Amino acid sequence: MKEFTVLDLLDLDLKEKNTLELKCIGGRPGLSRVITTSKINRPGLTLSGFIQEFAYDSIQVFGKGEQAYLKTLEAKKSFNTIEKMFSFAIPTCVFCEGGAPGEEFIAIAEKSGCPILTTGLQSGDFSLRIYQVLSDIFAPQTTIHGVLVEVFGVGVLITGDSGVGKSETALELIERGHRLISDDTVKLRSVTGNILIGEGENEFLAHHMEIRGLGIINITHLFGVSAIRDKKQVQLFVQLEEWDSNKNYDRVGEDLTTNILDVTIPKLEIPVKPGRNVPIIIETAAMNERLKKLGYYSAKEFNQNVLKWLESESARNLYYNNEDTF
Amino acid sequence: MIEKQVTVKNRAGIHARPAALIVKTANSFTSNLYIERDTMRINGKSIMGIITLGASYKTELKIIAEGADEELAAEAIEQLFLNRFEE
Repeated sequence: MKEFTVLDLLDLDLKEKNTLELKCIGGRPGLSRVITTSKINRPGLTLSGFIQEFAYDSIQVFGKGEQAYLKTLEAKKSFNTIEKMFSFAIPTCVFCEGGAPGEEFIAIAEKSGCPILTTGLQSGDFSLRIYQVLSDIFAPQTTIHGVLVEVFGVGVLITGDSGVGKSETALELIERGHRLISDDTVKLRSVTGNILIGEGENEFLAHHMEIRGLGIINITHLFGVSAIRDKKQVQLFVQLEEWDSNKNYDRVGEDLTTNILDVTIPKLEIPVKPGRNVPIIIETAAMNERLKKLGYYSAKEFNQNVLKWLESESARNLYYNNEDTF
Repeated sequence: MIEKQVTVKNRAGIHARPAALIVKTANSFTSNLYIERDTMRINGKSIMGIITLGASYKTELKIIAEGADEELAAEAIEQLFLNRFEE
């Protein structure tokens, strides 16, 4: 992953509940400083002169308390501890609730090349949001060759060899009212370690498809905004493959899974051959997946019923043949 | 045509997993395969069919194989019953 700088943080296009309301109020040359961790630090202890274990590589967040303490320091003209703090390479300092430090503080920060930002948010809110935003950015990620579609609200990642019909299958699903997230290359991020979020590699290319014989088509223009989506959790992994008569496909609902970025996802292997309507199979698989989430596990329940039935049969037999058992 | 008499030896009877095992084995032969319980005769290559037999513990079944490799097919299926479907 390329380096993530303070400038990138200011440039992030975040909407509504994610907005950070950040503004730079000093130390502009320092905007090229790199942020390396999603953690934040409240520098209260550092300001009071205690610098052991100072998490200098985190973003320093100044809430009301820190700002009030800073004011007392400024009133006393005591800047030793501030200078000591800026002797570390701090990525950036953020002042919450629209606060701003005094000129001396900014001068010291600028001398050390640290940019000063301010936000209108409360420190608690800001910490929460920046942590979410940064953990998204620093999440482990990988790119996979496949199509990501949302089918009945389930994120289905369709993979398979080139030419097996991934795009055609996805096109039919879109035609049937489902949504395209990305065709061909899907960027996957493991958020919080157990959720896999998929999105297009590039926002300008994501909602286009290449169909053999047609060329590049624009899904948004052809099917409207209801046919697209920016990102979606991957909940089902579908592998399309050419029908191999020597291979045994799942007949009774085995639980195949696959591992991507240490996240386990249910997997289906669907053989493709003329006459098999793959989109409808995928639709059914997505609905079945939703049923499982609701606690109805068709395959398991079916087998439990069979077992119950067989058991009662065998009890009856015991009763009929009681001469040799009792 | 070849016929073999077998008994269900596993406690749980023929539920989904054993049925899938039978079909998987049956599909590896070209012969047609049927399983009979009393008067009911089903295709040995259909999972739902086999489950419908309701073959519980100690049920007697007849395996019928018909085709070029009927001997091998019948033997392979019989072996599954003798192995209690690996249960």
